[in-house]
Amino acid sequence: MLHIKCPHCGMRSQNEFSYGGDATVKRPELGKEISDQDWDNFVYNRKSLRGKHWEFWQHLSGCRQWIKVQRDTATHEIFKTLKANEEIS
Amino acid sequence: MIQSFRLESGGLINRDKKISFKFNGKNYYGYEGDTLASALIANGVHLIGRSFKYHRPRGFFGVGVDEPYAIVQLYRNGETEPNIKATEQELFEGLEAKSVNCWPSVNFDVGAINNFLKIFLPAGFYYKTFMWPKSFWYKIYEPFIRRAAGLGTASIKHDKERYEHKYEYCDVLITGSGPSGLASAYSAAKNGAKVILAEDKSRFGGTLLTSEVNIGNQSGKEWADSIISELKEMPNVTVKNRSQVFGYYDHNMLVMSERISDHLPKTKKFHPKQRLWYIRAKEVLISSGSIERPIVFGNNDTPGVMLSSAAKEYMKVYGVLVGKKPLVFTNNDSGYETAIEFKKNGINPIILDTRKEPQSEIIEEAKNMNINIKNSYVVVAAQGYKKVKSADIAKISDNKEELGSIENIECDCICVSGFWTPTIHLASQSGNKTKFNEDIDAFVPGISKQNEKTLGAANGIYTLEETLKDSFEKGNQISKEITNNDNKVSFPNVVEKKSTVHDKFWCVPLPKGKNYKRFLDFQNDVAVSDIEIALKEGYRSIEHVKRYTTLGMATDQGKTSNLNGLQLVSKIENKVVPAVGHTTFRPPYSPVSIGAIVGREVGKHSKPTRKSPMHSWHEKNNAVFVDAGVWLRPRYYKRGEENLFEASKREAKNVRTNVGVCDVTTLGKIDIKGPDAAELLNRVYTNAWLKLPVGKARYGVMLREDGIVMDDGTTTRISENHYHMTTTTAQAANVLSHLEYYLQLVWPELNVNVVSTTEQWAGAAIAGPKSREVLRKLFPKSDVTNEGLPFMGYMEGDLFGVKAKIFRISFSGELAYEVNVESDNGYFMWKKIIEVGEEFGIQPYGTEALSTLRIEMGHVAGSELDGRTIPYDNSLEGLLSKKKDFIGKRSLSRKAFAAEDRQKIVGVVPLDKKTSIPEGSHLVKDSNAPLPNPKLGYISASCWSVEHDNPFSLAILKDGKNMIGEKLFVMSPLKNKVIPVEIVSSHYVDPKGERVRS
Repeated sequence: MLHIKCPHCGMRSQNEFSYGGDATVKRPELGKEISDQDWDNFVYNRKSLRGKHWEFWQHLSGCRQWIKVQRDTATHEIFKTLKANEEIS
Repeated sequence: MIQSFRLESGGLINRDKKISFKFNGKNYYGYEGDTLASALIANGVHLIGRSFKYHRPRGFFGVGVDEPYAIVQLYRNGETEPNIKATEQELFEGLEAKSVNCWPSVNFDVGAINNFLKIFLPAGFYYKTFMWPKSFWYKIYEPFIRRAAGLGTASIKHDKERYEHKYEYCDVLITGSGPSGLASAYSAAKNGAKVILAEDKSRFGGTLLTSEVNIGNQSGKEWADSIISELKEMPNVTVKNRSQVFGYYDHNMLVMSERISDHLPKTKKFHPKQRLWYIRAKEVLISSGSIERPIVFGNNDTPGVMLSSAAKEYMKVYGVLVGKKPLVFTNNDSGYETAIEFKKNGINPIILDTRKEPQSEIIEEAKNMNINIKNSYVVVAAQGYKKVKSADIAKISDNKEELGSIENIECDCICVSGFWTPTIHLASQSGNKTKFNEDIDAFVPGISKQNEKTLGAANGIYTLEETLKDSFEKGNQISKEITNNDNKVSFPNVVEKKSTVHDKFWCVPLPKGKNYKRFLDFQNDVAVSDIEIALKEGYRSIEHVKRYTTLGMATDQGKTSNLNGLQLVSKIENKVVPAVGHTTFRPPYSPVSIGAIVGREVGKHSKPTRKSPMHSWHEKNNAVFVDAGVWLRPRYYKRGEENLFEASKREAKNVRTNVGVCDVTTLGKIDIKGPDAAELLNRVYTNAWLKLPVGKARYGVMLREDGIVMDDGTTTRISENHYHMTTTTAQAANVLSHLEYYLQLVWPELNVNVVSTTEQWAGAAIAGPKSREVLRKLFPKSDVTNEGLPFMGYMEGDLFGVKAKIFRISFSGELAYEVNVESDNGYFMWKKIIEVGEEFGIQPYGTEALSTLRIEMGHVAGSELDGRTIPYDNSLEGLLSKKKDFIGKRSLSRKAFAAEDRQKIVGVVPLDKKTSIPEGSHLVKDSNAPLPNPKLGYISASCWSVEHDNPFSLAILKDGKNMIGEKLFVMSPLKNKVIPVEIVSSHYVDPKGERVRS
């Protein structure tokens, strides 16, 4: 079970969180024209990287905040966690 | 019965307390402190079961967790448990055990014919033989294999025992209480670290209990006892026996099973049987020791062949002789310790040492005791079927390839020692890259991935002095970094006998003309010849060899077999062992009962049960409940001898003709506040929300980004910046997360707050043509006329002194209202509704009637919004705003979603107006078409229409918009039904929607 540092609450066990997908994907702006390809890329196409990966998690059974977690998908090592409003650098 | 193999004195058992037990129906006695294995051996019982594949006789090979095959079916306090290791099961009064994998009895086993047909059961036998014909698999092969290869029998009764889970955090977790565990725990504890010390066995001390050493002028056991009692007194230390740390998971999470009551005849009141600990440790010190390695020789699985360390432990701990004419077969000094112990107890052992001229303190001592030592000798084969009767032995050449002439010597046990294998399972599970240590021919932990260190024998350190030194230091060092204390522990004086190098010999060659089975894996019946076949057939990767032959699989996880298997593969392949590599060690290290893993989350406790504030009223009024997610909802209210069908029909009919009331507390409710609340709704709902006036409700549909309908519900504007959203019962949690996602991550600029208020409000839906009359009585001060409270209107009211929210919304299609009050007043509200409604014939209705009403009205619910349908499919396309963008809109223009013959919701009526249509049935054009019959659609929901008094269903049908009036067939292969039907509009009742506005 992973041990995730919620930037608001501190170290908590994985069973308090839910996974929310790739954090580097940006939702296209509402009302803007977008090609089929770009839309498909946003909705469906993911790289499924091996290695370091930024992903969204929600601290569901805690503060309910969505956070960003940098995790190694192969080793499960967690390098960094950020609040929702902090930019991935 | 006399315990003929029990020594006169000695051991750590309590000879004052006799314990009676039963094995295979026979009564025996043992002592308190015995295991089932030690007690059986004391009674001269050596045959305990039959082997997995060949049904060969099986005895005892080890003394604890190292035991590969002495498993029994255990009976305790009216319950039974399979696959219990006799070497681990402590004796208790009234214990009953039976052999497994033998029929009709352990002494005469029909399956043993496999042993004589073994030529037919080589590696991969099952893969090769049971492939053809395919139709034989289910009826003939599988049941046969299952019976023949079965281990124990799982109980099919409900397990009345209690199992608990515990979460724990600590600074240092130490796995094993041998010398390294004790020393490191002691120095870490002295530094004030929070320490958990876990010992698998009932007794602390590990090898200190059996080795002839002296620490600080105490025997090993005395020293262990003194350290343990000191640790137990320290508030920062938790010491646990009968506790196996069996798995090492991510981020230093380890799982330990504590066997609290398994050694007792009966679990004490309020005690669990077992407890599973989830331990998050800052640092882990693995002190799991090592397991003696067998030497491979002919018939080395015969009962009476045993690890020499096990023989020693049976004598020193249990005061039991494993034999009276022992042969010790060794390639190192450990065998000598066992021989010396035999000699001390008046038994004359013979040592066969594969080495030519070994010299050490221990060997010297054995010689001085006049023990018969034969150097450069090996056991070629054990003789005897159900018990070793003699051994074929021979001199072996210096290159270890040629055998001299075979001699047969009488013996009743063969104690074998092929040196030691560090127990690296936990380290390997943690991700540690293990490395091969040439000096000990075994893998040891290498570079750590997580915060773990391995100590002592588990790390390949086999001298006590070095182990203690290293462990004291490591314990001090890692705890110092956590607590910033540096309390040095003085190192005790250690006296131990020096030993010399072992012989890297592990497998005795076959003598000419003999074809003895030489077993590598005792649990899975894998012999040298099996591995040879696998390699001949082209299996190269050790992982493939493992799966093809079953070497090192299952509950044993290769404890005694792993290295010898690797040695063999490397020898045949002419590779060095590290190049072959070892297979993955998987948790659990040792079997864990399913009950412990499940814990308290069984039956009704597997999830929480939520009840509405009106629950007790429903109970009192004969409600029959149904699980709706985690909620318990009334399905119908039983009157007299009514069944579900009759009751729901009555309740639904009463809504259509009079008035009914339904508990809708379970609906998800989300409170939305903030100046940008309308903007949020406008983005997440498909329809327009910016112009909804205060005091009005609106129906809305939410999509996922991929265009699929996520949820529907009504949202009401309570005041300028305050909205009350409702969701379906099932999607309540997902919708809240969905809103939070967009507010926190996508549109942080929106000034809105959302919070779940599902449990804060109790809700009642009052539906039917007379519902306004009921409302008038409930809220005499409010104007609830069609003008005062029009369809989709909202107002607050005073319900006999209780503040209430009144929504004029309808799921049933009738004139209807939903009244919400704070949860604490829910029961009061409900009572009042029933009270004032009596004169109008009000009846409560359950979820079954609720479904009937919505189905015949063509209102969609969970069975249509099933994660596969878009708004068009549900005839909700009218709610798609053309003027604005919303979540999921772009996806709707994808080709398949915009197809001309896209599926759409329709109504389905059987032509005979009588036959009920099973939900989930398929719609086809021709019921006699050859298979696969093209499927046009499926039945999503079925009911008995109370309006038309005939069956009616909703279906999602291909090209549904052009199918009205068509005649099709409903086919349900599951129910073996073919029903001719007509496709009609999904709005079967009041298609113009006049009633809700009346």
